[in-house]
Amino acid sequence: MTHSYPTPSAWNDDVQRRSVLKGAAAGGLVVAGGGILSACGGGGDFSGEIGNASGTLNIGSNASDDAPKAGLKAVVDAFPNSDVDVVINTLDHNTYQENITTILQAQDDDVLAWFAGFRNKFFADQGLVGDISDVWDNIDGLGEGFKAASTASDGNQYFVPTSFYTWAVNYNKNVFSENGWSEPTNKDELLSLAEDMMSAGITPFAFANDGKWPIMGTFDALNLRINGYDYHVDLMGGNESWTDDRTRAVFSTWADLLPFHQEGANGRTWQEAAIDMEEGRVGMYLLGTFAASALTDASVMDFFNFPELDSSIGAAALDAPIDGFQMVASPTNEGAAKEMLLHMSTPAAQDAYLGADPSVVASNSGANTSVYNDLQKKSSELASAATGISQFLDRDTIPDFASAAGDMFAEFIENPGDVDTLLSDLEEKKVAIFADFNETN
Amino acid sequence: MITRRRNQVLAQAFLFILAFIWLLPIVGMVISAFRPYAETSVDPNGFFSWPETLTLDNFRNAWERGNMPRHWFVTFIVVIPAVVLVLFFSSMVAFAVSRYSWKFNIALLMLFTAGNLLPPQAIIQPLFQIYNRIPVPEFPIFSESGELRGSLLGLILIHVAFQSGFCTFVLSNYMKTLPKELNEAAMVDGASLWRQYWQIVMPLTRPALGALATLEFAWIYNDYFWAVVLVQKGRDLPITSSLRNLSGEFFTDDNLVAAGSLIVVLPTIIIYLALRKQFISGLAVGASKG
Amino acid sequence: MTATHNPSGDSSESLDDTPNDEPSSSTSDGGRRRRYSLLTDTDRRVLTTMVGIPTFLHVTLIWVPAVITILLSFTNWNGFRFDNMKWVGTRNYRQLFTVFEKDLYEALLNNFWVLLFLFLIATPLGILIAYILDKNLQGTAIYQSVFYFPVVLSLAVVGFIWKSVIYSPRQGVLNVLLDRTAEGDQISWLGNSDQIIPIGEYGLTQNFLAIIAPMIWRHVGYIMVLYLAGLKSVDPSLKEAAAIDGSSEWQAFKNIVFPSLKPVNVVILVITVIEALRVFDIIDVLNNPISTDVLSILVTESILGESSNVGRGSAYGVMLLLLCFGFVIWYLRSTFRENDTA
Repeated sequence: MTHSYPTPSAWNDDVQRRSVLKGAAAGGLVVAGGGILSACGGGGDFSGEIGNASGTLNIGSNASDDAPKAGLKAVVDAFPNSDVDVVINTLDHNTYQENITTILQAQDDDVLAWFAGFRNKFFADQGLVGDISDVWDNIDGLGEGFKAASTASDGNQYFVPTSFYTWAVNYNKNVFSENGWSEPTNKDELLSLAEDMMSAGITPFAFANDGKWPIMGTFDALNLRINGYDYHVDLMGGNESWTDDRTRAVFSTWADLLPFHQEGANGRTWQEAAIDMEEGRVGMYLLGTFAASALTDASVMDFFNFPELDSSIGAAALDAPIDGFQMVASPTNEGAAKEMLLHMSTPAAQDAYLGADPSVVASNSGANTSVYNDLQKKSSELASAATGISQFLDRDTIPDFASAAGDMFAEFIENPGDVDTLLSDLEEKKVAIFADFNETN
Repeated sequence: MITRRRNQVLAQAFLFILAFIWLLPIVGMVISAFRPYAETSVDPNGFFSWPETLTLDNFRNAWERGNMPRHWFVTFIVVIPAVVLVLFFSSMVAFAVSRYSWKFNIALLMLFTAGNLLPPQAIIQPLFQIYNRIPVPEFPIFSESGELRGSLLGLILIHVAFQSGFCTFVLSNYMKTLPKELNEAAMVDGASLWRQYWQIVMPLTRPALGALATLEFAWIYNDYFWAVVLVQKGRDLPITSSLRNLSGEFFTDDNLVAAGSLIVVLPTIIIYLALRKQFISGLAVGASKG
Repeated sequence: MTATHNPSGDSSESLDDTPNDEPSSSTSDGGRRRRYSLLTDTDRRVLTTMVGIPTFLHVTLIWVPAVITILLSFTNWNGFRFDNMKWVGTRNYRQLFTVFEKDLYEALLNNFWVLLFLFLIATPLGILIAYILDKNLQGTAIYQSVFYFPVVLSLAVVGFIWKSVIYSPRQGVLNVLLDRTAEGDQISWLGNSDQIIPIGEYGLTQNFLAIIAPMIWRHVGYIMVLYLAGLKSVDPSLKEAAAIDGSSEWQAFKNIVFPSLKPVNVVILVITVIEALRVFDIIDVLNNPISTDVLSILVTESILGESSNVGRGSAYGVMLLLLCFGFVIWYLRSTFRENDTA
């Protein structure tokens, strides 16, 4: 390999300049449904239409929750080619993610659920997932940002984004209205809201870190607000230092905010924290919109974008992880795999999916947004107004480093006074991990 | 005599208190299995509070969502051959190293003893690469992928290979305690080596085999590691690993998982109670011949 | 009685022409040749097959990967393509002791704590329970099931039981009993890494102790099962003799039952050490909270998952192997020494 591996930042830069998700809400052409009408008789090559393939298609899925599972089933049921026999192999999300390397090497399934951006690109560059540029030639309604998030180092596409969700500050509408609180839009409002909550005997921020990933969202939000999107991307890509003053500024703000957070986060699950928010013991919870799934009554939940902390940076960047599907490098049934991937990109398939799982937002601008609930509408608006979209810390950097950072954050919230040692240790690890990574990729 | 009775009372009291502590976590889990998530998650008194709703829904959902009949089928296809083979193989090696002296027996015992100390995580990468490269003729149920990886045969083999270290170690320790005269007498009688193993030593090893069978059944049945890496296909996972599918990407309904786990634990408890009798009959055999 | 039952497993005490001996035994050479000749050709072929097949399987699937792991620890590899593998000499090891030294020392120390607590609390407790249950107490089947339950319970639910039922800050039984469930007043059982026993920078943290509790909960059952089986093989007349002697329960156990169970004692010693060194499951299902790393967790974190660092993970694995071999060598040497002095 002559090219060195482009760091996550290189990809993210690309995405940012094209503003990833704008296309989703901007409205685009609905894909032509002519596939069904096309004649049979095509060879092994992908014709760009659905209907020529036959045989069995294996889809590897990480959707073990009821709703996403039903969603994928609806997508498959809506697949217009009845000659293809689709088998869905489900593994639970965590196991699937832990075992993705062996799943890819096994090449048992033709199409695999996965994440857009860095995590897909990495496998594409390793030759483990297949080039589906010819599918993209026939895709309509996915913006340039989505295309960039599906493109690997060689300029070809290896991924079909189907949906995304956003990270924001969730709260219980009833608790806010009972207390006469409103959504803060800048640092002062946020701080005075937090003080209000304290005096009302309510802890301002729910905080849980079981699994050592949930508070990565807090770091992302603070870094995006304090240093901006570009710096965040460079930091994730290993190109900025964790001992830099700008990085330290994030941790000092975080340390200032810690007294507003629930204590003992490392021993709490996010589900417990979400219930604390629902029941009004805690005012707000910075988490993905999936927070609603743990509530006993999801309709009480609303959210707002994490407010601006520095007016020169603004508040227009956020975490919005994109999910979708990729094809293994040598699928058993390539024709059917590509037809399925094309199908998954269509509004018809995404409408079918969202009908069963209304917790996410469709990637295709032609999808039916009139059925969106308030939270989906808000998510969609947030994302399309964003100038920079990150994918969440553990999807934006080398997994090995993400887990080192997760350990560091967990230590930091317990011992914020040790921040200097913690950051210099993390920087040391970063150098070693990125050197190892670049050497083999 | 008085002290004996007092001791018995003390022993009873000690066991009772200890058993109570041991049961406490389990009871909380069992109650949760009968209650809906929406109730336990908000109850201020936690999992030991008085339930408002008692329902079998969790069990029903776990059964259906977990596709349990299929996974149970896979489990017994894997566990029964694996336990039988591992005890058979280990007892042969143990017999050879504990009853006979030959050039390599110490080395061999070391090999197996040390082998059972290896952590599975430390060998999984190379093992996966090896499994991915060994072709296996396709055979219904046992090997449908064409390779050792992805086949139930491969899963059985790794259980046998991995557990044989421990079993060989335990069995050779037991067999060493059997009177040596047995072998001598048998040799004088002209009994073949196989007969000495199968008809003389094995019956005397029954208590150890019973204990091992119980433990091995539990271990292999409860495997949470090999199956996911080496089999991978959700529908071919044995029942314990398939419980993973009850948890979601973010949200996990623990009450559902608790119900599923309760269904899954039953066979191991039944097997234990059944084999407990085996220990005692094994003792009877040992006593009459010893 | 003692002639027919040789509980110590001590070979040097056995008759001269009995099969088993040890290399250190001075008369072994002549004895071995004579003994070996007692086997017919068929017997020898049978013996080779009986040993050969299991050994082949064990070596191919366990030792070959283990040796490859040792080799991999000298490489930098992401686990995908072999042409991307780089030979880096001892770099991974140097990094373990410089860049990742805090993780490594924390893990080593935590493995040690597990060993200590299993050895001092769980194993003796398991033996004691087995000893009491062996007397055919009333309700022995129920007690056995209770203590065995944690052993066989699926890990999928063990995490829930301890993380939520016991340790949940708002709902766990501990905080409910202590009345510490109010927001802001909760005890964080799994999240508090304050040191109870500090050793320099490291030490036994409060939450690691909270994680050792479920390990003890599980380990007692293993030991009970194994020891019960062992106790069944002790000659009942031995126990009766002790009782008639009028010796106290403790003396009877210490002087008669425990020594006569040497083979079982060795087994549970080994099982305790294995459990402590290999400990992984409980920590994993409790989601490996802050300051609870052990070696096998570090191995897994590096080796499994996307874009894995197989080289570093293997180096952690080799550390684990070295500890295990250290134990095996110690164990074998002490067994041989006993045989020599007997």
